[in-house]
Amino acid sequence: MSLRLDLQIISDWIPDGSRVLDLGCDNGQLLHHLQNRGVSGYGLEIDNSKFADCIKSGVNVIQADLDQGLPQFADQSFDYVILSQTLQAIKRPDFLLEEIVRVGKQAIIGFPNFGHWQCRLQLALGGHMPRSRSLPNAWFDTPNIHLCTVQDFDNLCTRDNIDVLRRSIVNHAHKDTLGTRLLPNLFGQIALYQIKKKPQ
Amino acid sequence: MPDKIPADSVGLVTPSHLHIDSPLSLDCGRSLPSYDLTYETYGELNDDASNAVLICHALSGDHHAAGFHSLDDKKPGWWDSAIGPGKAIDTNHLYVVCMNNLGGCKGSTGPTSINPETGKTYGPDFPIVTVMDWVNSQTVLSDHLNIKQWAAVIGGSLGAMQAMQWAISLPERLRHVLIIAAAPKLSAQNIAFNEVARTAIKSDTNFHEGHYTDHDTLPRQGLGLARMLGHITYLSDEAMGEKFGRELRNETINYGYDVEFQIESYLRYQSSNFVEHFDANTYLLMTKALDYFDPAKEFNDDLTATVASITAQSLVVSFTSDWRFSPARSQEIVDALLSAGKDVTYAEIEAHQGHDAFLMPIPRYIDIMKTYMQKVIAESEIR
Repeated sequence: MSLRLDLQIISDWIPDGSRVLDLGCDNGQLLHHLQNRGVSGYGLEIDNSKFADCIKSGVNVIQADLDQGLPQFADQSFDYVILSQTLQAIKRPDFLLEEIVRVGKQAIIGFPNFGHWQCRLQLALGGHMPRSRSLPNAWFDTPNIHLCTVQDFDNLCTRDNIDVLRRSIVNHAHKDTLGTRLLPNLFGQIALYQIKKKPQ
Repeated sequence: MPDKIPADSVGLVTPSHLHIDSPLSLDCGRSLPSYDLTYETYGELNDDASNAVLICHALSGDHHAAGFHSLDDKKPGWWDSAIGPGKAIDTNHLYVVCMNNLGGCKGSTGPTSINPETGKTYGPDFPIVTVMDWVNSQTVLSDHLNIKQWAAVIGGSLGAMQAMQWAISLPERLRHVLIIAAAPKLSAQNIAFNEVARTAIKSDTNFHEGHYTDHDTLPRQGLGLARMLGHITYLSDEAMGEKFGRELRNETINYGYDVEFQIESYLRYQSSNFVEHFDANTYLLMTKALDYFDPAKEFNDDLTATVASITAQSLVVSFTSDWRFSPARSQEIVDALLSAGKDVTYAEIEAHQGHDAFLMPIPRYIDIMKTYMQKVIAESEIR
């Protein structure tokens, strides 16, 4: 099983032997992949349809609703908390983000960039809510209720005293191009951030 | 009994008996000078005894967890949906042991047994046993069977409490624990239901302070009421509605107090059946064991500290419509295991059957349990 592209990048960012909490872990492929490098931890997932896959790959999976935050975990109890392609489906992303940087010494957040030029063009000229390969749903049935742009996310991090340690803004194939480097909010489709809470 | 025994059944089984002549000290301060343990086993114990699994039963359960005692049996053992060749708890690979708990009425020493000190049945004088006492007696059976370490200890409801106690108190004696439809202790509401059940039994005029056998009678009315109440709390509103709705036995209502609705008829049938083969003193004792279970009490009510000793990996399962031991109660156990950094998997299964869901062949539940047990099997085979 080859690792989803965004998870490959995330995996490269995680040092061997880390303690990791994977939010929205799906079939557990990231944690399974990381186990070979001595990484341990838990996956949280609201939908138990792929729990058998997690169990098969030896991943500790916990059914949990991320909208409730992470009250079961102590402050700074993980080296990394990971949330990829899920932030936009959360009821209060600001609350969850606060929880993530509380529980994790560092965190890695991945989300689709709504500031991509195609999204802008669809809304500006097409006059309809943008749809794309990474955001295929119509406005009325989409689980993605809190879409944001790279700029929006930067602003939230500033507001909430979160340091951005590393950032990768790439196209759909997870490659960086001249465009994504120069004007990431215009040309990037997928954003990955490595963040941590600023020391008080 | 089905016309022929299904291929995925353990088939015809016979209970085994073990007589223990050394005393067992109990939590209540008393001890049993000698006692009998009745149990069943399915599958074969492997050479290094690494494939043994202990099943702990719930309030009205017993050692007969799977298969049939005779070709005339109407129903198989109480957890036949999960135990058998190729089933979730696969007897092709595992050696499965299930014991009737002390204080029970199906073979192990209990209120209906003869007290060797008096030569008469114990009746209400049988000491109240606790979950820890059961675990201790199960340890005696483990030693007898030469099982130093269980591949897994598994239980639902009151059975899950025993499984939890095993993991907490005897961590070196099990590698996995399956805690299904459980709670870390009873809530006030749970205890209240148990108290209503006990009051029903004790206020039956045939109860005679528990000495009903001396009077050649049974507190059928009281035990029946207790069972009815229990039954209602084990099901969900939805499950009952789906099964019975407001269906009438006859087509019209009679403006009287006889059985009219199907649900009334069902409850009466279930309870009248139950009272003929379950002992009222055992029922009282089992509800007390439930009420008293509170492993965190010794740890200043800190459940995380309580589970700190656990070395077994855990699978915790709850069911959405279970209001007797709701998912939130299982979540308490899971949260404690997480904050203690233990290996744990937790699934909340969508099910409308209420607390009884843990006995049902719900595909997602069985799939998760089976996958988990395959991991247990794989580990026990490479040891």
